[in-house]
Amino acid sequence: MSHAIVQLSYLVATALFIFALHWMNAPVTARKGVYAGVAAMVIAILATWAQPEVVHHGWIVVAIIAGFAVGIPLSMVPLTAVPQRTALSHSFGGLAAGLVGTAKYYLWVYEGPEHLTTFRMVAIIVEIILGYLTFTGSLMAAGKLQEVKWIPQRPVTYPLQNLINIGLLALAAVIGVALTLNPTATWAPMLFPVVIVLALAFGVLLIIPIGGADMPTVIAILNSYAGLSAVAMGFVLDNKLLITAGALDGASGLILAIIMCKAMNRSFVNVLFGAFGQAQQAKTGGEEKVYKVETIEGGAQVLEQANLVVIVPGYGMAVAQAQHKVRELYDQLRKRGVSVKFAIHPVAGRMPGHMNVLLAEANIPYTDLVEMDEINPEMPQCDVALVVGANDVVNPAARSDKTSPIYGMPIIDADKARTVFAIKRSKNPGFAGIDNELYFSDRTWMLFGDAKNVVGELVKQLSGSTH
Amino acid sequence: MTESIDYWSLVYVFVLATFIGLGVIRRVSRLLYTPLMSITNAISAIAVVGSIIVTGGDYPTGIRIMGAIALFASMTNIVSGFLITDRMLKMFKTDRTPKADDRS
Repeated sequence: MSHAIVQLSYLVATALFIFALHWMNAPVTARKGVYAGVAAMVIAILATWAQPEVVHHGWIVVAIIAGFAVGIPLSMVPLTAVPQRTALSHSFGGLAAGLVGTAKYYLWVYEGPEHLTTFRMVAIIVEIILGYLTFTGSLMAAGKLQEVKWIPQRPVTYPLQNLINIGLLALAAVIGVALTLNPTATWAPMLFPVVIVLALAFGVLLIIPIGGADMPTVIAILNSYAGLSAVAMGFVLDNKLLITAGALDGASGLILAIIMCKAMNRSFVNVLFGAFGQAQQAKTGGEEKVYKVETIEGGAQVLEQANLVVIVPGYGMAVAQAQHKVRELYDQLRKRGVSVKFAIHPVAGRMPGHMNVLLAEANIPYTDLVEMDEINPEMPQCDVALVVGANDVVNPAARSDKTSPIYGMPIIDADKARTVFAIKRSKNPGFAGIDNELYFSDRTWMLFGDAKNVVGELVKQLSGSTH
Repeated sequence: MTESIDYWSLVYVFVLATFIGLGVIRRVSRLLYTPLMSITNAISAIAVVGSIIVTGGDYPTGIRIMGAIALFASMTNIVSGFLITDRMLKMFKTDRTPKADDRS
């Protein structure tokens, strides 16, 4: 296939990728976006494969078949496991970039030093550092999300942590510069693996101090890195399709990370180097606070008589697999003419948009899923706010308590509703380890128990009273 | 050949593509951020293109092995990324059909 046809195919693929993302702007057109993306990918693969420099086909076929064999089961994971699947695929993306960069470097060393121009060396070094750190960092993130036993869930901190991390990265960069300046030196091919090892180690150390509540941001940042490592590969291979597609992914990760950071009122640097979740000491002092507990019967009665019920879901709903019971509750209340809406905080769950997907899976129409900014003005008119497994995102301390670690974070104003019911598994503080004064408010009644059971009991109560 | 590559045009492409990306992504529905992440996963697996060249070229075996692993990793992302995106998007409905209730 001639050069022009390959370039034209790449151009078409680029346009289709842009359309794919463009169509994601509404649920109605989004599936068209998937088809555009698949078409672009098929075109890109065929155009590349047909190039004359590709002479061995056996391994390509085997690798593609193996990709299908692993990819298909990975696409069927339960939706609660989507964050770890996403993290895992970032790590695959990073690995691919790292390996291609490594292969290209040694190939050019072998073929002759004139290939190793300064530009290419810089691109290779960036590609392998980004690629390998994304590989191990995302693996760690996936492990934390999957709650793998030997990976600590809680943030792990030690003295001089940030200094050590930045030192490692700086060392990798210094060696990278040395390699770029002397790509043909006899020691260069020996020093190259050191950069790889440093990048791999940096990826692990970067994620160790990060706790579950920060995962949405971290996943978005890793998404961006995976894209940028593809861009670097494009620079190495002089391939504009890699650059455009990687840049789209990099931009997407960046925007999501910014939105997540804003939704927690924190900066990138603070998320990556702040080791959140360690700040639970103090703050509990003072008088003993008492929860008011409501019974299922009482709760059901209040819900039944409401005009507007706003359900605030959080990660706890996903953990308890309560989303289907929540939908039954939604149905029961709607049958009685109660309007029910869901208030979605941007960082609820373990990845951007996590709650929307879980509730959509439970067959709740997306028109009833309302963003924080849109629901908050309605909260004073809301009769009952039902908090299901959410904690920090409804903690009024974010508005009022300057000493709170979450101070300044925008929250869903559940406390402004006339009545608040909070379903909670235990009396322990939430993920960030912060006490929630919402639970002690005059208007709040607690429903203790597993979210799935409590909501199930409420449904039973409501459906029982109709007959 | 090495000197004929116009590096500046590559940098231009990168910067312009980033701006397009920022413009397009900013308009993506907030409901769809999880599917957005999985579709961009699949799109960034465009690294498949580089992997195919390294795997299929007339190169030493060690280099082609690295290429093949990279190709496998990219292909996994393409397949699982697009499939799971579509699976999630199918769930977003405006009103519920009784038939769909059976699945849960």
